[in-house]
Amino acid sequence: MRDVVVLGIGSTAFTSQTPEVNWKELIYDAAVKAYTDAQIDPRRDVDSFVTCAEDFWEGFSIFDEFTPDQLGAALRPMMTVTGDGLHGLANAYMQIKSGIANIVVVEAHSKISELLTYEHVTELAFDPIYERPLSAEREVHPYYVAGLEMNLYLHATGTTEEQCAFVAVHNRRQALMNPLAPYGARIGLQEIFNSGYAFTPLKRWEIASRADGCIVFVLAAAEIARRLTKKPLVYIEGIGWSSESPWIAARSADAGYVRRAAQIAYRHAGITDPRRQIDVIEVEDRFAFKELQHLEALGLARPGEAGWLAQSGALGRDGELKVNLSGGSLGCGDLIEASGLQRALEIVLQLRGEAGARQVPNARVGVAQSWRGVPHGTGAVAVFARRD
Amino acid sequence: MNLNKIRKDVAVVGAGMTIFARRLQETGKEMGWEAAKMALDEAGLTLKDIDAVIVGSAPDAFDGVHKKGEWLLDGAGGTNKPYMRVFTGGGTAVFAPIAGWWHVASGMFQRVLVVCEEKMSSVQPHVQSAFAHIWDPILDRPLKPNLVWIFAMEMQRYMYKYNVRYEDIALVAVKNKRNAVGHPCAQLADPNITLEDVINSEPMALPVRRLDISPPSDGASAIVLASEDVAYEHTDTPVWIDGVGWCIDTTMWTNRDLAFPKFVAKAAKMAYEMAGIKNPRQEIDFAEPYDPFDYKELQHLEGLLLAEPGEAAIMTREGKTQRDGEFPVCPSGGLLGVGNPIAAALGIKIGEVYWQLARKAGPRQVKKDVRTGVAQAWGDLMQFSSVVVMRRR
Repeated sequence: MRDVVVLGIGSTAFTSQTPEVNWKELIYDAAVKAYTDAQIDPRRDVDSFVTCAEDFWEGFSIFDEFTPDQLGAALRPMMTVTGDGLHGLANAYMQIKSGIANIVVVEAHSKISELLTYEHVTELAFDPIYERPLSAEREVHPYYVAGLEMNLYLHATGTTEEQCAFVAVHNRRQALMNPLAPYGARIGLQEIFNSGYAFTPLKRWEIASRADGCIVFVLAAAEIARRLTKKPLVYIEGIGWSSESPWIAARSADAGYVRRAAQIAYRHAGITDPRRQIDVIEVEDRFAFKELQHLEALGLARPGEAGWLAQSGALGRDGELKVNLSGGSLGCGDLIEASGLQRALEIVLQLRGEAGARQVPNARVGVAQSWRGVPHGTGAVAVFARRD
Repeated sequence: MNLNKIRKDVAVVGAGMTIFARRLQETGKEMGWEAAKMALDEAGLTLKDIDAVIVGSAPDAFDGVHKKGEWLLDGAGGTNKPYMRVFTGGGTAVFAPIAGWWHVASGMFQRVLVVCEEKMSSVQPHVQSAFAHIWDPILDRPLKPNLVWIFAMEMQRYMYKYNVRYEDIALVAVKNKRNAVGHPCAQLADPNITLEDVINSEPMALPVRRLDISPPSDGASAIVLASEDVAYEHTDTPVWIDGVGWCIDTTMWTNRDLAFPKFVAKAAKMAYEMAGIKNPRQEIDFAEPYDPFDYKELQHLEGLLLAEPGEAAIMTREGKTQRDGEFPVCPSGGLLGVGNPIAAALGIKIGEVYWQLARKAGPRQVKKDVRTGVAQAWGDLMQFSSVVVMRRR
């Protein structure tokens, strides 16, 4: 069995807008950092490249055309995954496992500040006949689905609105310790409530603001990586992804897409008791309640328990579960298709011991989880570990 | 690439394909399921047996649906499964099966379903308008280019550089539209078409005339891939994917060699190396190169190293690429004859190579005994190619 490791990582800072660079320059910036970190030359050493992008986010009909040059991938094997960064990582992982590639580069980015009609584009992701008229013709922001899902989750688990608000308080505060994160803030529970209902029961400040940024990963077969670097190797021990029904009316209350994705990732990684075995956790929290729902789906809390953990301060650097120390999407910003790679980035930094002020001592196993956002039930889970 | 490390061999054990036509009555989801069901039935499987689903579909702009992969999910059978959409423009037709290959070859999954769907008729008045947004917004879009004139330019360059006659290129359209007569899904099969018909068809952007171009189409295709551990449980005639390759060239098309497709040659060499093919002209028995325009079949044959630059036109003129010729090319009828629902061309390329090698091609079965075939697709803006080598053992 061939093992897959993270050989290099590179990231831009995340910011609310980036008028100083175009999207190719943004990608180039992160790519150069990743190649420097991995000490490789993309024109010589990389066997395959993967970009994660969706046409409509980018404003192109075939965005795949525009992917190679800024990564050094011209006249090389390169592809687009229309999915989250962790979906891209999964393809790279399989390419290395299968033996067809030794070193694979994965890139995901967000230049979402250039999209002036975010809610209208999001609306286009709904079924055009049955679902889209519900928001389009009534001029309702499509995030109403998040409000409905939150309501479903609260009813199914008995979690309270207050418990959800704790997540926003924690993650925004945690982001103050992450130099890449733009939305760090010291705010209290009352201020979350005062922000008002955006999509009842979802409050304005429980919704992640969007951000621009790019993250590049270099993955390699372990036996190759050992020859190339003296840095500690972070292994991808397992990766899984899953989608539930595309119909919003059929959405589960318990994030079944994460549960199924975790089953695959845990099986490969040999995780049988996630709460005990996993040291650092990064979950998707575009909406505060999603962090709780996803923690439960990952088997890190029982249904209904995550809210109590949040309330009691157990989800933090000093708590039992080290969750979203990067600040999560609430702190780093909603990075669109790069959200999953931002989670993976934090895990790799933690496992390498490079997480600075947020470093968890002796972190050896970490899990990163992604969700593709409203209106979809698609997510991925990756388990990383140090073996030395 | 380390050939000793390929973990699992992967076989095609079933394939399905819908009629290619303007299909206003069905949604993309419905067509996807129609093809998926056929492929599953041939392999004797149901959705329950499928570990993962890979979907291929070209630009979201065709349907006006954002994250189209998510939308097509239930039609492709992906509900509650690991589901992946890969996208390399027109190259998706042969690339989605390559992604399916590594899902299985990596050892992660045993049985996967690859579904490719396209519905182009939703774009009004014509699908060409969706292609208005594939260009660089600063350098290209102000010129208001469209695909026909950009390919006319490429065709012109190809003819000029390699001294190729238009009449020889037009023979490809004649051959493929005649080959398509035996195909149950064909949109533009014509048993009586002649060279004069092509030459006299309406000029679009010279040298491209109407019959040099494949038609926009709606349709879907699917294949089931199985690992070596289970392939023979589902069929007696598995066809093995022995080589895969893909390559993309720079975005800046003005900097590329428009006469010889280097990216096709690179992708082909990658696939040949994996399949252990040293002399493609001797070791490959027939080919299904991507033929959205008739000159592309010739250019792709040359890129696939199955002809010298400029030689493919001569092979065509001499009849060598006919279905009963010494090197059959596009025995399916190709995109020119069967139709061109971008990603769904999976059924004409990978599907046809599978049916030919499994001897299930019926009236389209090539005369000579074939053991090794190659399928190729081409995509993005004249810059991407995917290549698959398949064998019967």
